[in-house]
Amino acid sequence: MYRWDFLPVLANADLLLQGLVNTLAVTGTALAFGIPLGLALALARLSGRRWLAWPAGFVIEFFRTTPPLVQLFWFFFALPVLIRVEMTPFMAAALTFSIQSAAFFAEVFRGGIVSIERGQWEAARALGMTPPQSMRRIILPQAVKRMIPAFMERAIELMKTTTLVATVSYADLLFQANEIAQKTFRPLEVFTVAAGIYFTVILLFSLMARQLERRLAVSGESTVH
Amino acid sequence: MAEPLLRTIGLRKSFGEREVLRGIDLSVAPGERIAILGASGSGKSTFLRCLNFMEIPTAGSVELGGRMLGAERKRRDGGIDRVYAEPELTRVRQRVGMVFQQFNLFPHMTALENVMEGLRTVKGVKAPAARERAMAELARVGLADHAEQYPARLSGGQKQRVAIARALAMDPELLLFDEPTSALDPELVGEVLGVIRSLAEEGRTMLLVTHELGFAYHVATRVIFIADGEIHESGTPDEVLKHPQRERTQAFLARHREFSL
Amino acid sequence: MNYQWNFAAVFEHTDALLHGAVGTLRLFAICLVLGLSLGLVIGLARYARHRLLNWPATAFVEFFRNTPVLVQILWFYFALPMLVPFEISPLMAAALGISLNSAAFSAEIYRGGIQSIEPGQWEASRALGMTGLQAMRRIILPQAIRRMLPALTNRAIEIFKMSTLASAVAYVELLQQGKLIASLNFNPIETYSVIALVFFVFLFPLVRATYALERRLAKGD
Repeated sequence: MYRWDFLPVLANADLLLQGLVNTLAVTGTALAFGIPLGLALALARLSGRRWLAWPAGFVIEFFRTTPPLVQLFWFFFALPVLIRVEMTPFMAAALTFSIQSAAFFAEVFRGGIVSIERGQWEAARALGMTPPQSMRRIILPQAVKRMIPAFMERAIELMKTTTLVATVSYADLLFQANEIAQKTFRPLEVFTVAAGIYFTVILLFSLMARQLERRLAVSGESTVH
Repeated sequence: MAEPLLRTIGLRKSFGEREVLRGIDLSVAPGERIAILGASGSGKSTFLRCLNFMEIPTAGSVELGGRMLGAERKRRDGGIDRVYAEPELTRVRQRVGMVFQQFNLFPHMTALENVMEGLRTVKGVKAPAARERAMAELARVGLADHAEQYPARLSGGQKQRVAIARALAMDPELLLFDEPTSALDPELVGEVLGVIRSLAEEGRTMLLVTHELGFAYHVATRVIFIADGEIHESGTPDEVLKHPQRERTQAFLARHREFSL
Repeated sequence: MNYQWNFAAVFEHTDALLHGAVGTLRLFAICLVLGLSLGLVIGLARYARHRLLNWPATAFVEFFRNTPVLVQILWFYFALPMLVPFEISPLMAAALGISLNSAAFSAEIYRGGIQSIEPGQWEASRALGMTGLQAMRRIILPQAIRRMLPALTNRAIEIFKMSTLASAVAYVELLQQGKLIASLNFNPIETYSVIALVFFVFLFPLVRATYALERRLAKGD
């Protein structure tokens, strides 16, 4: 019978905590760049101009279709050779996950935008608004409200995906856990605790997302008329 | 006769293979109120929507205030198309207001914000002035006390009145009503028609697609009956509604006889 | 900046890449079958009224949906051997992690699909004298599966992408072989570009098929 011993984990709690902070840092950075970039990609794809729509479509499909770990390796190992810059694990991770989540956010934006009834466009245009004005004032505010659940889900997926940075030696929670496990020879306890931390943090976000979703559904403002 | 405010010449519109408008000539003088009748699918709504370019006409032209809209472009086969640039259309739409069958209020804005939106975004009016103007328009349609409500909390009739106020706030020279009461419960039709009637009494120029024949009879200065994408019959309300000359008009009116003249 | 691209060096190792591709496909097949079938069982259990079935299924789904797959794989590889008397191979660890994770996600797809069927269908089946299980098998599931198809193919694509995580425990699959080639030849650009393209070329038709399924479903049910 295995004898559990969590003391070695507790002794290294500061390392785990620092790992969690780093995980949140990568997630936050990727969100901060990924959401605006995703909006730009969605608008480009919807622009109706082929020279904009086509490249945007390609970026979106490519980054949604290829495995994130392959992307990360490409940005970490390959890109520095190509452009001769020093690539830190954090930079590679931020770059990969910003673009990757932008591709997913773009589809969320696009779905939200096309879900708005034609009548809204017509009413905006009938008032004399230009297409950009209609998009900014009338369509996007409504679309964003509908997209919030999908947004939260994507953000949670992103946080889970950031564990991949451990494979390029960025000191996120998973990487720290692995280090501690090797140092203390207590992989069972360390990985169990790490899984527990991820579970707690992500579940917390999920519950918040669900709560928000329910509030939006009740207020009735997420539906039209 | 006064210089027409709006004129269409040989206006045509096709959706793919289907030709919905087959050449419509119509001249609207200032102060005229024209009711447009027709069976569903006759092209009457499409015609109205071509006048503020919600639909771009396939052929023919539209003149607003004596100026022909759009620019000519030669086709490969030697024919001539009219093309419309977005900035011109935006200006046209500021002069031609539209009220939709489905209201199309902006659900993320209060009634007041809905009415202010065109003033603020399109005309660049400052917030206090826009607010004052919007309140006046809401008062005119009898909804001053509902200014802070979101559309979701308004009845259909109230929504449509807000939509009318939204159009009025832009000071349009011409108002287009696209079946403004068709989506309403019967008991709510009256309040909307009442507002439109009061606008008529102010002498506003308007085109109104409607199924309310009695209303058309009392409010319109002219009635046109559209069938198969053409003006089939037109005249004063008395002429068209009481003494229709052509068979299809008579048949259409016979089906809608329940109205009281 | 003027990098000299040279793909020849990558294709000298085609045999290694093929070896990796076989590994990827093997892992994919295992996880697809295990994940989707286990997911059905759990999805049905979540639908069950009995708390003894319902509660553990819910806990399973919540746990595996709310932890990262890579953490699960590493847990099975490094931590589980402490508890069980046998060795855990890289394939086993990866297959366990990815399958259980996919089971949790597909359980939600099944549940959503089943719930989307109108109550009238249940009532009609019961009115004919069918048992609950018969109604589920003969009437509800066939209709629900049709609606779930896009979500399920989507899951399959996700499983394929997740298979790369097995490289973290040195399981021989495409990415792992890519690492090997890149370190042998010092040509990470070409190697990882080729790997990315292989995945894209293989998965994009599946993505398109999913879109087509979604469109067909949206049009008429």
